[in-house]
Amino acid sequence: MFGRSLISINDYSKEDYLRILELAAEFEKNPKQNLLQGYVIATLFFEPSTRTRLSFESAINRLGGRVIGFAEAGVSSATKGESLRDTIKTVSNYCDLIVMRHPLEGSARFASEVSSVPVINAGDGANQHPTQTLLDLFSINKTQGRLDDLNIFLVGDLKYGRTVHSLLMAMSKFKTTFNFISPDELKIPDEYKLYLESLGLKYYEHKDFTEIISRADIIYMTRVQKERFSDPIEYEKVKNTYVLKNRMLENTKDTMKVLHPLPRVNEISEDVDENLKAYYFTQTLNGVFARMAILTSILGLK
Amino acid sequence: MKEKKEQLVVSAIKDGTVIDHIPAGLLFNVIDILGLQKIENQITFGTNLESKKLNKKAIIKVSEVFFRKDDLDRIALVAPQVKINIIKDYEVVEKKVVEVPDRIEGIAKCVNPMCITNNQNVQTKFEVISKEPVILKCQYCEKITDHNNIVILSHK
Repeated sequence: MFGRSLISINDYSKEDYLRILELAAEFEKNPKQNLLQGYVIATLFFEPSTRTRLSFESAINRLGGRVIGFAEAGVSSATKGESLRDTIKTVSNYCDLIVMRHPLEGSARFASEVSSVPVINAGDGANQHPTQTLLDLFSINKTQGRLDDLNIFLVGDLKYGRTVHSLLMAMSKFKTTFNFISPDELKIPDEYKLYLESLGLKYYEHKDFTEIISRADIIYMTRVQKERFSDPIEYEKVKNTYVLKNRMLENTKDTMKVLHPLPRVNEISEDVDENLKAYYFTQTLNGVFARMAILTSILGLK
Repeated sequence: MKEKKEQLVVSAIKDGTVIDHIPAGLLFNVIDILGLQKIENQITFGTNLESKKLNKKAIIKVSEVFFRKDDLDRIALVAPQVKINIIKDYEVVEKKVVEVPDRIEGIAKCVNPMCITNNQNVQTKFEVISKEPVILKCQYCEKITDHNNIVILSHK
């Protein structure tokens, strides 16, 4: 991983995932290491994302590194009409690594081609957000003690949700059984089903939550957004179907955890938060350790 | 006999390349793909010529230019049935067919309006994941552009 950009979850092999998970676990035990002292990392957020940016900046600061950058395009030279190419060519002279979020899809791959330093994609439109997936893997491994032979339930917007697609691609490298719960309009695209079939992995599709969730090891919730529906009436009909409530968790496994990439709107009711099976806030803490692992392995410090 | 008839409308060349059996509607796409607007050699073309196979076909004759195979292969993206004849001293010395290459740079537009290549000055790059029918995967946004929505970029 040394010196390589991380743009898409498919850029890393199964061995790379496991290496990151191992390093993240080390950082969790011993988070205060001055590994990034003397390093300057640029965080270029052409689109605001408080959680992801603060998580990266927290990881960098805790490891003793310095951060330069901007939190929204409005304060960058992009508003003066500068191309992404020129911004990246310039900024890569100022830093050792670039963390970038940009609303255009493919912008991160392009940035990695013109940059003289490695680039970490912190989200390129609806395309990829690989550090989210690595922190999801870390959370799954940490709570289940393994990545093989798990039953993963993906719930909500399975058509457009990039976190769902990336997680599916990553977990398909392990012996995973998938259960998809979504409205008809937001079903998992056929290309992913065909991919799972080609690997001989099992998947099941459901229209709503049923007793079936008693088999889940992980329930991964996502937002069902109104603007994704061509017919607003269809949204009104289904909007409450994909809300997870505390009483629904009664018959689930003791070891089961509920994950969510956040921000949450109403798809997990607040009464779930106190349940020990709710894991989404700890998941964000795991994000800091996962990003420490990614940063230091790309910079060749671990 | 058919060859003779064509020569009446599109005159023969001494040395160069003849691109034949172009579906008439794709003539200007082929001109774009080969960048013929930019070369200064003598070029003659005819279109809406009668053809048994294609109903109406077009033909291009470019004097003293011998294209690289990968340049010609790019034509296969829109017109895989095109036939190439290499002419030396008025004789056909070689016949070639075109085949879709494994990678495509430029030429086609990415179908995704949110792709960086459709919003900034970035050349498109695709991996060809299927040749028949043509299916392209964008190297940047990772979205699929298939044969039904391939749009050829113009050199203009």
